[in-house]
Amino acid sequence: MVMRNILLIGLVAGLAACGSNPPPSTTTSSGGDLLSSSSGSDSGASTSGTSDSSIRSVGLDDEMAVEDTADSLIIYFEYDRSEVSAQYADILASHGRRLAQNPGQRLRLEGHADERGTREYNIGLGERRAQAVRRVLLISGASAGQISTVSYGEERPASLGSTESDYEKNRRVELSWR
Amino acid sequence: MNKSSVFILVVVMLLGTIAAPLRAELVIEITRGATRPIPIAIVPFGWSGSEQQPADIAAIVRSDLTGSGRFNALDRSDMLEQPTRGVDIDFDNWRVVAVDYVLVGELAQDGETFSIRYQLFDVYGGRQVVADQLLLERRDMRAAGHRVADSVFEAITGIPGVFNTKIAYISVSGVPPKQQYQLIVADADGNNEFVLLESPQPIMSPAWSPDGRQLAYVSFELGRAQVYVQSLRTGTRRVVSDKPGVNNAPAWSPDGRELALTRSDADGNLDIYLVPVIGSGETRLTQRRSIDTEPAWSRDGKTIYFTSDRGGAPQVYQVSASGGDVSRVTFEGRYNARPRVSADGETIAVVHDDRGNFRVAVQDLASGSLQVLSDGALDESPSFAPNGAQLIYATRRGGRGVLETVSVDGAISGRVKSVGNDVREPVWSPY
Repeated sequence: MVMRNILLIGLVAGLAACGSNPPPSTTTSSGGDLLSSSSGSDSGASTSGTSDSSIRSVGLDDEMAVEDTADSLIIYFEYDRSEVSAQYADILASHGRRLAQNPGQRLRLEGHADERGTREYNIGLGERRAQAVRRVLLISGASAGQISTVSYGEERPASLGSTESDYEKNRRVELSWR
Repeated sequence: MNKSSVFILVVVMLLGTIAAPLRAELVIEITRGATRPIPIAIVPFGWSGSEQQPADIAAIVRSDLTGSGRFNALDRSDMLEQPTRGVDIDFDNWRVVAVDYVLVGELAQDGETFSIRYQLFDVYGGRQVVADQLLLERRDMRAAGHRVADSVFEAITGIPGVFNTKIAYISVSGVPPKQQYQLIVADADGNNEFVLLESPQPIMSPAWSPDGRQLAYVSFELGRAQVYVQSLRTGTRRVVSDKPGVNNAPAWSPDGRELALTRSDADGNLDIYLVPVIGSGETRLTQRRSIDTEPAWSRDGKTIYFTSDRGGAPQVYQVSASGGDVSRVTFEGRYNARPRVSADGETIAVVHDDRGNFRVAVQDLASGSLQVLSDGALDESPSFAPNGAQLIYATRRGGRGVLETVSVDGAISGRVKSVGNDVREPVWSPY
C-alpha cells in the first residue's frame, strides 16, 4: 500500500513539475516530503523545479529566531464546541504575524471532530473549528488568501479508539505551513 | 476537472485494478429473528443439463430467506422426499415435519441458455401459491436465485423482497495517519464485492441515484472535499461540486436531476444547496448561521429534510425544495440528525441521542412518535431497504466499524459480518 501511495504521489508530483496546470499545493508539497525522505535523489529531481521551497526555509529560519512558531501546530477543542481556547492566543498571534510579514507564505488549516455525532454534521463542526482559527489569524494580520481550510470531520482521527482520551486528541485543528 | 485531476483519477483506478483489494466478504448473521419464523422447506432443485450443475439455486434461496430472519428453513436431511415438480409432492410428508410451505423447482440447460422453473405450495391447503419460469444466462445464476427468493418472500409475507438489491459502503484499513479508503458496492447478501474507488484520503457520503446506475460521493483525494458522480457500469465520473470549503452530503432528487448537498461560507456555516447533476447553477435553500446539512428528499421531491443546529443542538427540519420557510420536524430528545425517508414517505430514520448513546430511530411523520430501533452506543448512517421493511446502519463493535440491520418494527436484527476492515456508511440501493 505504501508503494502505491508513493507511486501515486510521485506521478502527481511529476505532473506538477512539468505541467502548466499544477495540482493543489497540498498534494505536491506532501508528495515532495515523501519522495525526498523515502526514495532519494532520483525523485528529488522531479520536485526541484518548485523554486519557492528554498525561499520558504529561509523565511522559516528568520522567524524561528524571533518567535516560536513551529511548522506544525495543533489546536484542541471542547466537545461540540468551536471556540478557540485562550491558551492558544499567543501562539496563534505569532503565526498570524508570520503570515503578515511573509505575504508569499501559505497556511493550511485542517478541522477535525471526534466520532460522536453523525459524520456529515461533524464535517460542519470541523469546518467551524478551522474557521474559528482562521479568524484569529486574520485578526493578527494574515490576509485571507494566505489561509486555506479543509474539514475532515471525524474521517481522519489522530487516535483510533472510543475513549475520552482519544476524543480529546481528535477534536482539533491542525495548522501546516505550505 | 483540470488535467492533473484526470490523471489522478486514472492512476487511482489503475492501481485499484493492479493491486487486488483485500477481500472482505460480508455475511449477514441474524442476531434476533422473528418470534415465530415461518417454517419452510426449500427442496434442492432438479438439474437437467449436459454438464455439472452450475449453481445450487435452492441454497441461494435458503440463504436469502433465513438471512431475512423471518423464515426457518428445514434441513435437507430432514426431508422425507425431494420432489422437483409440484405434481410429485406428497403433502403428508411435509405436514409431518411441520413446515407451512414447500418450494420445489428445476434448473435446466439448453445450450448456453438456462431456465429455472419453480413452484411454491401451501402445505396445509395443498395449494400452489406462486409459480414461474425464468430464462437466464450462466452469469446470472445468483441473481436468478435472488429473484426466486424475492418472489417467495413476497408471496408469503406480502412484502417485496430485496435480495436482488445492492449495498454501497465505505471500507477503511490501516491506522492513522496512513489509512486506505475504499468505496465498495456489493450484492445485498454480501457477494460480488466491487471496489469503485480507492484512495489514501477519505471517501464519504455515498448516495445511489434513483435508477441505481450511479453513485454520488465525497472524496478528499485532492486534499479538499469534492462531490463526484460516478457511473457503476463504466466507472467514469464527474465533479459536481468543488467550491472552496465544504462540499458534502449529496442526496439525489427523486427524478435524478438534482443533488441536494452542503456547502460552507467563510464563517464556517454550512447551508443546503440544490445543484443540477448535469449543467450548472445552484439554488441556496438555507441561509442561517448554523450547521445545516445531511439533506434528504421527500418521495414527491417537494420537501427537503435536513439536520440543523439552529436551535442549539442538532434536530431535523424541513424546507420546501423551492425554498421558503423552515419548520422543525423532530422534537423528542436533545439530538436527532441525518434524516432518511422511507419508501412510502411516511417515516424518517434518524440518529437519536438515547440517554448518551447514539442510536437509530424512526419517526412517524404524521404523528411525530419516535421509536428507537438499535441498541449500540455509536450507531449511525441508517439507510432504508427499498421495500421499507428494514434498515442497514453502521456501528462499532470491538473497536471496529461493522454494519447491522434491523426491521422497522425493531423485531428482527442482524449483523453483517466482515473480515478485517472498518466498514461504515452503508447505503441500500433502489430496486
